[in-house]
Amino acid sequence: MEAVYLDHAATTPMVPEAIAALTEQLTRTGNASSLHAAGRAARRVVEESRERIAAVLGAHPGEVVFTSGGTEADNLALKGLFWRARAADPRRTRVLVSAIEHHAVLDPALWLAEHEHAQVELLPVDTDGRLRIDALAEALAADPGSVAVVSVMAANNEVGTLQPVAEVVELARAQQIPVHVDAVQAAGHRAIDFAGCGADALTVTGHKLGGPYGVGALLLRRGLDATALLHGGGQERDVRSGTLDPPAIAAFAAALVLAEERRTHETARLEALRTRLVDGILARVPDARVNGDPDPAGRLPHIAHLSFPGCEGDSLLMLLDAQQIACSTGSACSAGVPQASHVLLAMGREEDEARSSLRFSLGHTSTGADIDRVLAEIVPVVERARAAGALSAARRSLR
Amino acid sequence: MSAPLRVVAAMSGGVDSAVAAARAKDAGHDVTGIHLALSRNPKSYRSGARGCCTIEDANDARRAADLIGIPFYVWDLSDRFHEDVVEDFLDEYAAGRTPNPCLRCNEKIKFAAVLERAQALGFDAVVTGHYARLEPTPEGIPALHRADDLAKDQSYVLGVLTAEQLAGALFPLGDTTKDKVREEAERRGLTVAHKPDSHDICFISDGDTGGWLAEKLGDRAPNEGGPIVDGTTGEELGRHEGTYRYTIGQRRGLRLGRPAPDGKPRFVLDIEPVSGTVTVGPREALTVDRLTADRIRWCGPPLTGPLEGTVQLRAHGAEHRARVGVDGALLHVDLRDPADGIAPGQAVVVYDGTRVVGSATIVETGRG
Repeated sequence: MEAVYLDHAATTPMVPEAIAALTEQLTRTGNASSLHAAGRAARRVVEESRERIAAVLGAHPGEVVFTSGGTEADNLALKGLFWRARAADPRRTRVLVSAIEHHAVLDPALWLAEHEHAQVELLPVDTDGRLRIDALAEALAADPGSVAVVSVMAANNEVGTLQPVAEVVELARAQQIPVHVDAVQAAGHRAIDFAGCGADALTVTGHKLGGPYGVGALLLRRGLDATALLHGGGQERDVRSGTLDPPAIAAFAAALVLAEERRTHETARLEALRTRLVDGILARVPDARVNGDPDPAGRLPHIAHLSFPGCEGDSLLMLLDAQQIACSTGSACSAGVPQASHVLLAMGREEDEARSSLRFSLGHTSTGADIDRVLAEIVPVVERARAAGALSAARRSLR
Repeated sequence: MSAPLRVVAAMSGGVDSAVAAARAKDAGHDVTGIHLALSRNPKSYRSGARGCCTIEDANDARRAADLIGIPFYVWDLSDRFHEDVVEDFLDEYAAGRTPNPCLRCNEKIKFAAVLERAQALGFDAVVTGHYARLEPTPEGIPALHRADDLAKDQSYVLGVLTAEQLAGALFPLGDTTKDKVREEAERRGLTVAHKPDSHDICFISDGDTGGWLAEKLGDRAPNEGGPIVDGTTGEELGRHEGTYRYTIGQRRGLRLGRPAPDGKPRFVLDIEPVSGTVTVGPREALTVDRLTADRIRWCGPPLTGPLEGTVQLRAHGAEHRARVGVDGALLHVDLRDPADGIAPGQAVVVYDGTRVVGSATIVETGRG
């Protein structure tokens, strides 16, 4: 039985071009900060990769700050921009983020609240999982001079709903408040134009788009120097220190360029596969419910997020895993214990419903045969999970 | 070998459950490892030999599953555990009894909540690392027996399981000594081979049961203090800060300040939660030879007439010869070998030879 991998939103296989770039650079020696020929050669790889990445993302090469990945870039944006804003004006202590951000954004924000006296406001979303722009407008209008940073993701990683980034930027810009956009899940699937969108900082990472783990970047507008988190050699604009990783950076660039070249074609292909998957599941499990924007144009093309009433997502995942089908409940684990998704809860779902969800996410290796396998297995899996779910439901009704 | 089953192996992160899972796989069963998350706020690290519910324990279980070559998941049973085990433990102390939460966990969690969920998901049985044996009766029904290694035997904490629960259980370690299990773990390359055994109550991480109860009982504490009274003279010897801090048979921590007239140590003889009285006296006064118990659980066919068998009164406690009879919902036990320091709330587990007949919860003790 062939394994079916439908968890590309967690991580997607490296594309051969990225593996080639990575392995080629791994055979070379040279610290990109060294002054000799080997160092210059390594630096050249880094800078050429930086230029390629900047070109795809509509940024100036000098705006690309390489990091160890999305989490570091998000932390740098949230903490670094908060500290910078507050240093310039002690009144700026509010941090506005959407309630459905990834933990790599939410947790630094909450850390700032706990340790740096920041006032964090979690902005509500509608039932489709889209930021309520009126809530942002209201929060800004209340006291614009006290806001340090606004952070809103380009597209949600669990349900795939696209976020109104242009409107966020327009509102915040009018008050000279920096905007950070977490584009980790959107990059590779949506066009990103850093200059055009007007955001001040934007996060991307390699392993979600066919590149290696452990490399990402924060696009940081020229002249906006976030306070550094990592101090040392000052390699990246003095905003980020640490020896640069030419093989990973070259592979990241190769993957991003390739994803952009294939994007239009790949979007159409994945959307067709996803439609088949969702329609097929709904035909077999009629009470399943699709989460996120019902309009496919308002969602990332590769994510299908569904609730299966009466089932626990963990049971569904385990039973599908036993059939060698990999998917996700979409939500994070806390201390090894699966939690109800904060995204679904923010969308107004009850805890039970939030726990009954599965995320299938497609990618460049996905085929129609993968979809067929899911559709062949989904009915008995849902029946079993429902039987297990009925036990806890019966118990709850006894209370 | 019996027919291959689809089983879940409950893996605490310790050596016993890891070897049990490995043996189940070797026996040809289709094994899935699960770690039960029982704490609502798991701590990061184990401290000493206590607990089994830290993140470190979950990681140990995961590594063992990797090495055995079985899938692994964490099942969150913290709410069930809290309601059925922790709250029950508090209720029992609030009522002045001394419960054993491990029995309750086996009865309500491992072989109830977990087994039911597993069966609903298409599994046949739960595998654990308990030291006990299941031997089929002539009718082919599994009967619970003591482990071959009597020093490690854990049939006492399984004495609450019904025949139906036992039919969904596998105990692969019943024929082995702990030393052999550790050797086997090492041979199998399991990193937990030398992990210390866990003792005490897993949800009281620092082992300070009195302090934990003081914090958790709150308004439910039956009293906040009272007299410590000499059982013979009725004289008040001192004061205490809550009867739940004491257990029958306890000698240490009485802080009476002055010795008994005969110079011998004094023991807690009785606890009266309503008046808050703790009665103390000499060791001889602890001895009982009669027990009455309720909440009977039969591990197989119920007793129909009196049994000349044995009973065990605490985990790893001695075996006492006894005559056991049933009167309606009550179990009456006449001990041929008297016992010391028996408290209401403790379980009496009844044996016929090595076979576990059933268990009940002690409500009353007496002598003569």
